[in-house]
Amino acid sequence: MPDTVATGPGPAPSGTALRELTFGEAIREALAEEMRRDPRVVLLGEDVAEAGTPFKVVKGLVEEFGKDRVVDTPISEAGFTGLAVGAAMTGLRPIVDIMFGDFLALIMDQVVNQAAKIHYMSGGKWKVPMVIRATMGATRRSAAQHSQSLHAWPSHVPGLKVAIPSTPYDAKGLLKAAIRDDNPIVFFEDKISYAKVKGPVPDEDYVIPLGVADIKREGRDITLVATSSMVQVALGAAAMLEEIGINAEVVDPRTTWPLDEKTLIESVRKTSRCIVVDEGYYRYGITGEIASVIAEGAFYDLDGPVRRIGARHVPVPFSPPLEDATVPTERDLFTMARQMCNK
Amino acid sequence: MATAPNPATTGVEAGTPLRMYRQMIAIRLFEERVNDLYTRALMPGLAHLYIGEEAVAVGICEALRADDYITSTHRGHGHCLAKGAAPHLMFAELLGKEAGYCKGKGGSMHIADPATGNLGANAIVGGGAALATGAAYASKVLGQGRVAVCFFGEGALGQGVLYESMNLAQLWKLPVIYACENNLYNEYTHYSETTAGDPVARPAAFGLPAETVDGQDVRAVHAAASRMVERARRGDGPGFLLLNTYRFRGHHVGDIAREYYRPKHEEQHWMAERDPVALHAAWLVSEGLADQAMLDRIEKEVAAEMDAAVEFAQNAPYPDPQRVDEDVYA
Repeated sequence: MPDTVATGPGPAPSGTALRELTFGEAIREALAEEMRRDPRVVLLGEDVAEAGTPFKVVKGLVEEFGKDRVVDTPISEAGFTGLAVGAAMTGLRPIVDIMFGDFLALIMDQVVNQAAKIHYMSGGKWKVPMVIRATMGATRRSAAQHSQSLHAWPSHVPGLKVAIPSTPYDAKGLLKAAIRDDNPIVFFEDKISYAKVKGPVPDEDYVIPLGVADIKREGRDITLVATSSMVQVALGAAAMLEEIGINAEVVDPRTTWPLDEKTLIESVRKTSRCIVVDEGYYRYGITGEIASVIAEGAFYDLDGPVRRIGARHVPVPFSPPLEDATVPTERDLFTMARQMCNK
Repeated sequence: MATAPNPATTGVEAGTPLRMYRQMIAIRLFEERVNDLYTRALMPGLAHLYIGEEAVAVGICEALRADDYITSTHRGHGHCLAKGAAPHLMFAELLGKEAGYCKGKGGSMHIADPATGNLGANAIVGGGAALATGAAYASKVLGQGRVAVCFFGEGALGQGVLYESMNLAQLWKLPVIYACENNLYNEYTHYSETTAGDPVARPAAFGLPAETVDGQDVRAVHAAASRMVERARRGDGPGFLLLNTYRFRGHHVGDIAREYYRPKHEEQHWMAERDPVALHAAWLVSEGLADQAMLDRIEKEVAAEMDAAVEFAQNAPYPDPQRVDEDVYA
């Protein structure tokens, strides 16, 4: 595999010079721009200041914004996430950094019982404008407690919005939209993509509305619905499929909630076949929900059942050959798509 | 600035001992009507009464400004009223009516009101700890001089997030007061069976000043709270109040047969000897600040206000089921 994967240009205004940024650089730029734009935006988390987190994604922010706005916290995920909920209710727009998405398990009461419900329980009186940035993704040999992709969890809870970008362009635009949104948003960043995925990002300010899918590759024979890290996998599989005469469309929902059901259904009504691929666990996960939305919405146009590929239903193992066996691959998608298209 | 004045009783000034009496009797009479509505099957859900603990909410909230914050608990009616909530909007919420504080979406355990700084009653034990700390953080960052009070029962001493919050508050010198109402029982279990060590050794471990206060003495509560609030407001950081009190009624209205977890004579002792409303009334009379006729007049006026509030709530319409999806997202 190459060190970096190039992503296609996003729907930027024509005639604009596009720079290439990595996924991580795009996220840092979104954070910096929003902190410049709005003094109420603060960043809280473990080792976010001088260290810039272990992934170095927020490196440099403390130099520009100071330690009052880029705040190192104790290792108290529930405490500082709950603190951010209270601060969001009372005038700040906090962003909390959850170093590993696995630690969602530590903050779930603050997210699910507090942040998600306060607006509703108060009859719409209190608002909780905050962003929870969490990582996801396996294959870093980090074993079962530092490798999961748990975006299905917050997607299940009314009151939360969930973003799961795949490209630098999307990451920047969605993160800026999330920071400006008046609701609690869980924003998932694939760890591998930070340095590996590179793509064009325009200079000027832009946001991508939450709830709008993006067609990453147009095709007519089969729809591959893919999220986050799996978008690159789907694009790789699509290139392999092209060689055997199968023209695959790749659709990225970009947010799991709100979910752009219309774009997903329209794509499958056109192609009549669909595989949903996601790095979360296969069972009771994102793939099941999206497959059922498509089955309900495109039933009479489908040539066969919507198929799914997700992470294997095991704790993520340490040993490289074991871990690699848990994550969907281009070959998995290629084989399934080929079979569905009878080629 | 004191808590919002209540126009129903004239001649009772904010911050005075008489005002504290009025606020306590308001909570007592409110809760008696909740009990009545509940036992007549007119109130859905659960009702956790604050009767017996009135001096805690009133003594603390009388030391706060209207724009200071509180977080409350499942046993929260007293905190909400003491912070300035209007009884008719509370009853409407308790009965699930559209006119209620939360449009009927929250109910008894989730009264919330930005206008009185009420961040919300919280039905997760210890659920307010981090939220109150966050409000104090925002107040500090925004230079607002607001103080946040986190009310919680001694049952929350078993919740880890309370300690994470106290650690953060002391590290960052946040203007938050942790007010532990020790009514002796974690639901149906005596706190000595759930709580190792000394409760006030916990804040001490984080360097928080702590005071243990007779929670049945509204003046003692008010004095201690005033010291903590003043300290927090001038930037000296968080504090902890341990308020020894007693829940006169069951864990909730339906908790009637209680002898398996607490003896009748204990209840009788607290009700006869340690009733915060009666204690304060006797003091007012003995100090010559009120006579019985004046106290009776206040009680009568408050009772009329509460009856009107109940009537308002009973006559108010339920929310339209078509609107169930509203307010999920801002």
